Amino acid sequence: MRRSLAAAIGLASIAAAGIAAAEPPAGAAACSGCHPASTRVTSPVPRLAGVDRALIVKAMEDFRAGTRAATVMDRIAKGFTDAEIQAIAAWYATQR
Amino acid sequence: MKAGRREFLKLGVAATASAALFPAPTFGQGAAPRVVVVGGGFAGATCARALRQADPRIAVTLVEANATFTACPFSNAVIAGLRELSAQQFTYDRVAADGVAIARTTATAVDPPTRSVTLADGTRLPYDRLVLAPGIDIRWGALPGYDEAAAALMPHAWRAGEQTLRLRRQLEAMPDGGLVVISAPANPFRCPPGPYERASLIAHYLKTKKPRSKLIVLDAKDTFSKQRLFQAAWAELYPGLLEWVPLSKGGNVTSVDAATRTLVTDFARHQPAVANVIPPQKAGHIADAAGVADRTGWCPIDPVTFESKLQAGIHVIGDAAIAGAMPKSAFAANSQAKSCAAAVARLLTGTAPSDPKLINTCYSLVAPDYGISIAGVYAPAGGQLAEVPGSAGLSPANAPRGTRAVEAVLAEAWFRTITGEVFG
Repeated sequence: MRRSLAAAIGLASIAAAGIAAAEPPAGAAACSGCHPASTRVTSPVPRLAGVDRALIVKAMEDFRAGTRAATVMDRIAKGFTDAEIQAIAAWYATQR
Repeated sequence: MKAGRREFLKLGVAATASAALFPAPTFGQGAAPRVVVVGGGFAGATCARALRQADPRIAVTLVEANATFTACPFSNAVIAGLRELSAQQFTYDRVAADGVAIARTTATAVDPPTRSVTLADGTRLPYDRLVLAPGIDIRWGALPGYDEAAAALMPHAWRAGEQTLRLRRQLEAMPDGGLVVISAPANPFRCPPGPYERASLIAHYLKTKKPRSKLIVLDAKDTFSKQRLFQAAWAELYPGLLEWVPLSKGGNVTSVDAATRTLVTDFARHQPAVANVIPPQKAGHIADAAGVADRTGWCPIDPVTFESKLQAGIHVIGDAAIAGAMPKSAFAANSQAKSCAAAVARLLTGTAPSDPKLINTCYSLVAPDYGISIAGVYAPAGGQLAEVPGSAGLSPANAPRGTRAVEAVLAEAWFRTITGEVFG
């Protein structure tokens, strides 16, 4: 009983932490359709979770400017403002 | 059916029990909020899981009759013999593992005043918020002569599964030199570039296996998705083999006769060896039963929350929704589902939803090593989901074949990633 209670408390605190960090900024959730969030998915498309924030920002700026080779990211990057890119990059950098 | 029901009850109890472990003071009387999601495709399965991730206190039930999901994207490659149907199929095991109760049955009715969904066995599922992700139904009879019996002889293959295999078998059985006709519907319909990817891959099959054959696309439209890329590729890869007949040249099919495998237009009658009729469509039938479909057969929604404009407390996502500039695609459905889940989680706690930003990315294969894409970013504007200016566009028109080969590889990666995210 004590063990299951402890387990429940443990789960509850994990869940609370999850809620606090859960909601991604506008646009971020859509990225995982190609950039996998799940570690069970293997893909040639780079995983963004845990990637340095500045690297993500630079990549998006270069895609938007057309100075980085792209297939779809040149178009998608144009749909986001500087502030949105900063928020998405900051959020991804903290994901694991 | 009995086993499915038992399993559902067991799962339902498990989900309720685990939800009860977490005190939920923000939810009024402390009861776990209940969300029912109807339809386990790209939209529904994504939304069910995203709701659990957004807030594990939410008790989520997914109503889905099939034990296995069969994905439409890449099913054109199955028709052309490039891929097996099993590569399109996914189970709900991982969805259930996230704490989603799965009711393996059909939803037959919705009662908005009492906020409950009726299942095929008469059970009523109460909900605080309902998410409908029913995909499409065929609008039987909208094309005179095309009913369910006709679909066995002239398959639509627009819902993947047995229909996909039926069309493939007909192509395999056709002798070299045969005529194949595809009839494409007017807008809107599921997967706007789909008929043209299908035409491309069937042309590839004919070119490599039955080179004396011919393919005609009879179209109820004069323009279509990724048109200039498809047409340039057809001229390069399939000259003389693939003919596209637009509406203005008599492409509109006005009736069919399945017994004689005949397609009738204003100007001609076609009697091909294989006929693929992609018929007019509408939102899946539960949308009608719930009163969220309008006279067009599709469902108007709020672009921030995806809540129906016709019924409070019911959200509609995926192909069934009228999502403004967003196409009816798997990626759009996945993107909408995640935004909808975030909005529903906020509404359940009395918090105002924030404006979403959505993405669509869609690849089409013109040949196994020739891919093209369309992408766009969408945000609420003027009560609709609108394209963010400058974000939408196609692959470049005069890219080298190397670029097309890379996009064919990325197309496959796209499928692997999105199905992994939704079902894996």
